Amino acid sequence: MRLINRHPGRGGRLLLALLPLVLLLLVYAVASAMRLAENPGDRLLPSIGQMANAVKQMAFTEDEGTGEYLMWSDTAASLKRLAFGLGLAALVGLCLGISAGSFPMLSATLSPLLAMMSMIPPLAVMPILFIVFGLDELFKVMLIVIGVTPLLARDLEQCAREMPQEVIVKAQTLGANSWTIVLRVILPQLLSRLLVSLRLMVGAAWLFLISAEAMSATAGLGYRIFLLRRYMAMDVILPYVLWITLLAWLMDYALRQLNRWWFPWSEGAKA
Amino acid sequence: MSYITIKNVWQSYGDHVVLESLNLSVEEGEFCTLVGASGCGKSTFLRLLLGQERPTKGQLLLQGEPLRGEPDASRGVVFQRYSVFSHLNVLDNVAVALELPQAPLMGRLFGHAKRQARSQAAQMLERVGLSHALHRYPSQLSGGMQQRLAIAQALIARPRVLLLDEPFGALDPGIRKDMHTLLQELWRETRLTVFMVTHDLSEGFNLGTRLLVFDKTRIDPQAPQAYGARITCDIPLNQSGMSVQEAIAALPPLALGQSISLFKKEGS
Repeated sequence: MRLINRHPGRGGRLLLALLPLVLLLLVYAVASAMRLAENPGDRLLPSIGQMANAVKQMAFTEDEGTGEYLMWSDTAASLKRLAFGLGLAALVGLCLGISAGSFPMLSATLSPLLAMMSMIPPLAVMPILFIVFGLDELFKVMLIVIGVTPLLARDLEQCAREMPQEVIVKAQTLGANSWTIVLRVILPQLLSRLLVSLRLMVGAAWLFLISAEAMSATAGLGYRIFLLRRYMAMDVILPYVLWITLLAWLMDYALRQLNRWWFPWSEGAKA
Repeated sequence: MSYITIKNVWQSYGDHVVLESLNLSVEEGEFCTLVGASGCGKSTFLRLLLGQERPTKGQLLLQGEPLRGEPDASRGVVFQRYSVFSHLNVLDNVAVALELPQAPLMGRLFGHAKRQARSQAAQMLERVGLSHALHRYPSQLSGGMQQRLAIAQALIARPRVLLLDEPFGALDPGIRKDMHTLLQELWRETRLTVFMVTHDLSEGFNLGTRLLVFDKTRIDPQAPQAYGARITCDIPLNQSGMSVQEAIAALPPLALGQSISLFKKEGS
């Protein structure tokens, strides 16, 4: 049978999915063991045992200086910023997207503006954010908001514009006014899309968060890995990167499940 | 004075004239079916009645008053597709038609009023044969059920005119027949004034009390868009169950030629 017509079975699919991960782990373990055999003090490729020890140190041992469990307090700090940033971006993006996508009068002003704003590289305005919002929490949240909002708004605008005209006309023939059309027809349909766009934005939001934390912070996952870089503490950095990846994946998964529960009718819930 | 009066209506987009000097008066309770070749402006005419477009020239009057230039609750509509709200279940799709006019601020009702709207909606849905599917979403319904829902939704808002834009165009023949029966019954009960665009000529003859044929009377081969369509035949149909063939046989010669050419277009 031609390769193009062959499909893996259920077990085969799992096997094929795990294969690269297992290979990667194997290559790492071998390379790490080789380097450590040559120089037991090597820091570049710590063994899995060393990493486990480091995680134990960071996550399950009280820090002598602060009395905190560093990995958890870092995680809490980062997730808080991410939640505020994404939450605010979602709210503003939704309002802008609905306004620009549903009302031609507002679209005339907002669409060119959003198109332009979304072209500004957020990291390039970071110095401005430093100056305006200071080096505290607000700056980190704002970097996420500024990076994510224009993209969200444009996506939702497009989505609002693509809603069949028939649906909007139908609502009017049932006695809706502009406001209730937004409230009962456009908003509910876009909320589902918002969750889809947020899923796509999770990666970008992490990028902005870690950049901001690398610049200035006193806690946070990004802060920690950039701090430990100075000591070449790969035994902490690698587990942190894995942990960040896991968190990002969990957020993606949670958003998809939310879409399924809240909007069982939507296309986005199936994807 | 007739219920709906169309006075010398023209519709053109730039140089492209779609409708020209349309004049028509329709009495309350008439069921007009609009037929004609594709692109002859019958859907444009429906959009004018709906208020989705405004005529380039002329006037559309409902009981002597100009129709509003945007869709409103005086005109109900069922489209071929996208007629229902995909994010609401069947019951709420109909209930929303009762909520929207009563709640200009929130767009929804609460408590007792909401329960009342839902029970009214459930009655309407029972009438169109959807009471077994109240809590399903439109995407879980068949095409015929979706159109039943769309009709229930349009009717519960008590419009003064019902506009149907090829409502059964996407349905297979068996389902279509059931829908015809349903529509006839509902029309007899409500005595609504109905305009229905259809591609299916027999549907046009069987359902309505009046058949309006749209066609171009003048054609300039050098500039095919220079002239628009008019209503070329206006055929009163009796409701005594005259068959299509009999109805065609009863037509005047000019109309006969056009109807046959219509049939050919349909067949091709």
